[in-house]
Amino acid sequence: MDKLLEVTDLTKRYAQGSVLARIVLTAADHVTFYIKPAEIFTLAGESGCGKTTTAKVVLGFEEATSGTILHNGKPQGRKEKVWVTEGVQAIFQDPFSTFNPLRTVDSYFHETVQNYRLAGSKKEAIERIDQKLRLVGLSYAEFAGKYPNEFSGGQLQRISIARALVTDPKLIIADEPVSMVDASLRMSIVNLFKKLRDDLGVSILYITHDLATAYYVGDRIAIMFRGNIVEMGTVEQVLMNPRHPYSKLLRDSIPQADPTRRWTTTVSLAELEQEEYLRRGCRFAGRCPDAMEICRGVVPADLDVDGVLVKCHLYADGHSVHDPS
Amino acid sequence: MDAATPAKKKAIIRTDKLQAYYILDMQGTQKIVKAVNDVSLTIYENEIYGIAGESGCGKTTLLKALFNDFVPPMRLTGGSIFYLLDGDREVDVTGLSPDEMRQLRMEYISYIPQGSMSVFNPVLKLKETYEDFVGSHRKGQSREETFELARHQIEVLGLPANVLELYPHQLSGGMRQRVTIALASLLRPRVMIGDEPTTALDVVVQRGVIQMLTTIQKDMQNTIILVTHDMGVHANIADRIGIMYAGKIVEEGPTTQIFSEPLHPYTQFLINSLPKFGDKNVRGSVPGSPPSLADLPSGCPFHPRCPHVKDICRQQMPDFSHPDENHKVACWLIGEGNHG
Repeated sequence: MDKLLEVTDLTKRYAQGSVLARIVLTAADHVTFYIKPAEIFTLAGESGCGKTTTAKVVLGFEEATSGTILHNGKPQGRKEKVWVTEGVQAIFQDPFSTFNPLRTVDSYFHETVQNYRLAGSKKEAIERIDQKLRLVGLSYAEFAGKYPNEFSGGQLQRISIARALVTDPKLIIADEPVSMVDASLRMSIVNLFKKLRDDLGVSILYITHDLATAYYVGDRIAIMFRGNIVEMGTVEQVLMNPRHPYSKLLRDSIPQADPTRRWTTTVSLAELEQEEYLRRGCRFAGRCPDAMEICRGVVPADLDVDGVLVKCHLYADGHSVHDPS
Repeated sequence: MDAATPAKKKAIIRTDKLQAYYILDMQGTQKIVKAVNDVSLTIYENEIYGIAGESGCGKTTLLKALFNDFVPPMRLTGGSIFYLLDGDREVDVTGLSPDEMRQLRMEYISYIPQGSMSVFNPVLKLKETYEDFVGSHRKGQSREETFELARHQIEVLGLPANVLELYPHQLSGGMRQRVTIALASLLRPRVMIGDEPTTALDVVVQRGVIQMLTTIQKDMQNTIILVTHDMGVHANIADRIGIMYAGKIVEEGPTTQIFSEPLHPYTQFLINSLPKFGDKNVRGSVPGSPPSLADLPSGCPFHPRCPHVKDICRQQMPDFSHPDENHKVACWLIGEGNHG
């Protein structure tokens, strides 16, 4: 199978505290996934689940403790950082801190064009920039010479997407791209991702906690919990029929925009994030409604349940271990 | 049905043509930001009232005005705010002295802010902050009595009992927000105002916080006014919703009606743009971007973005028409000639 990006057993550990009272947290624990060309792959979970750590390592901002990252079959890591800027571009959460408030927005575009020698003349550069801006519903004429504070958050986020498109990337890594954008304008960003995938064949690693937009736009999804991928499959399989107890909890906790379907059950919340990270066995066992004796001592295997990866002891009978390819 | 019989209910907080403007002096020229522009609201006892709208529509300013907290450059430029004191005495609080207002805060009305990190003093244990907040309201009460009250309430709300002995940074975001809500409800206020209290939280934690808000409301039978741009949250807990656009309430009605038959084109956009599970049909967002409150368009402020715009929309702001008793909407498309 064609794989644009392949991440295998990616592990990232952080040490916390002083030399004497050191705690080692595994922020990403043997994370394995791949992204196909022209696919939107979602990495979802609550804050502190390791999704941003995974993105940082893939982008080369942090060095992995272990594991491999293959891009078009070639190994990548912090040493080969250059690849990041070539075929892979990133979009970040807060469009207002992406751009320096004292620089005009178009200077970023010209800088990108120059850095990669994408145009022979100023006229050619403007044509290229204008073409990318039109993809996101803006034009060069209405944005040249303006500063970031002259745009709304939604516009600025679309501008940062256009900026990422200047190098014609094949993969965009988007870390919480809509969480700072108003709900009423969120769909304009998400619809844009759809367009990029369908018309330009761009793949997107969509990192979010917003499962509703992940369902709307995504192809496959991985749910992360405290450093582990606990469930991975197509959005239909995972979100319409979640199997892992944590995926179920996450899915049920999204407030539905339907007053006839209010919550009827109650949830219990985690006391301390750190405790869950250091837990032996399944890290969700402390809050899991279906926890068994084995969950508190043994880490569950990645099982194959009807083609979906599920990391849970509940499915241990009659299911084989998931094949990562 | 709570929302269906407002006529029998008492208005706990009411505004009449409320105007709260920011008046900024920029190099000699005056700039006026009309953040709350002629808002007349009636909010009843024992209900959860949701206020929805985009960022920059004046939601937070409206809440500050309801809390009667005017800090320059924000000014009360017109209208009045009434609180229902002692169960039957309606008082215009814009005329109260700062001292009288301070007594009402926490006891009659309390405020739950969005960023709970800034509520607590980072170098004091939480119980010291409790002491600070409660001390001025319960003059004769000893520290031990205050802590006893706080501890009892913390237990009732299902929070860990040792939480009062901790410093703010030792709590997770969700726990801190729940302690903030516990503090806001400690003196059993008749009205609690929440400004995006769940926005910075994860979905599971958000659900826990909302759960706690509804428990408190059921127990105390008081009023919660909740501002959030997340329509899913409104659908889950609000009894009635007011939709705010460019400093005005443009539609108001019971939650079920707002979701099943939104009338204002803006409300329709808000509701229809929400993605739903099991439905992959293409959804659009509201076209254009919200207007600047310092430079409002003429007539109805939504007209530059409205797909059904008519000539009159550009000239005149419509008054409310009442499709039925509990539902009101300010749009020229609804209720011909009924705009007075």
